[in-house]
Amino acid sequence: MMQNADVKSSFCDGMLRLTVIGEIDHHSAASAREKMDAAIFLYRPKTTVLCLGELDFMDSSGLGLILGRYRKAMGVGSDFWLEDPTPSTHKILRLAGVDRMIQIKIGDKTKESQHEKREDQ
Amino acid sequence: MKKEKINEMNLCFPAKSRNEGFARQAVCAFLAQLDPTVEELADLRTALSEAVTNCVVHAYKDDGRGKIYISVSLYSDRTVRMTVKDKGCGMEEPEKCMEPLYTTDKSGERGGMGFAIMRCFSDDMKVKTAVGKGTTVTLCKKLSA
Repeated sequence: MMQNADVKSSFCDGMLRLTVIGEIDHHSAASAREKMDAAIFLYRPKTTVLCLGELDFMDSSGLGLILGRYRKAMGVGSDFWLEDPTPSTHKILRLAGVDRMIQIKIGDKTKESQHEKREDQ
Repeated sequence: MKKEKINEMNLCFPAKSRNEGFARQAVCAFLAQLDPTVEELADLRTALSEAVTNCVVHAYKDDGRGKIYISVSLYSDRTVRMTVKDKGCGMEEPEKCMEPLYTTDKSGERGGMGFAIMRCFSDDMKVKTAVGKGTTVTLCKKLSA
């Protein structure tokens, strides 16, 4: 069955990178969840990074997906952070207060420091 | 200048979860004629997605058979009015359902943020509901000039 979201995973030096591609809504969240959980339990990583740069859309189902994976990763003793959310994804993360629970990193170093400065203000 | 309706569209489809993406695409294609900013379109798309998901999950309890009715009107002052209607179970305690973090989900993966997002991503949200009859959510947002 065609899905409008896909998950790519790569594992290297204890770090699992999960990249979500496409659109996360209530329909597509279930298969994305299965793929992510399978990878977390297979690799039992030291660090889990959820890469959101190729996620074109997410609604509150995406929040549930992210928080659920955060708990799963903590459950296997893994660090967890989010990387490169698009502006609209970032807006929802802020609205729900996820940015206060989970670290959000912006891939480009200069952007990261600018971002942190902005958060401090 | 008097606010006039300049265009409208109506959409009706069964409450299958795979239609959530279709509803977003169809409404966004219709909104394109107002040339919204990327952020405005993302806000409306997200708010709509929450309303449609509520119909699928709550109003019709994932039965995939009930119908969802969407109507979108565009006005001369660049106001967008989206109505998402179902003839499902309705809400017994709408105020409670609309509180942030209130959820009926036992698995703990859905956070109860649907109405909070709809409210935050639109200028005005109205909810009409009757138990056993259904729910209508109306979302308005005025786009920048």
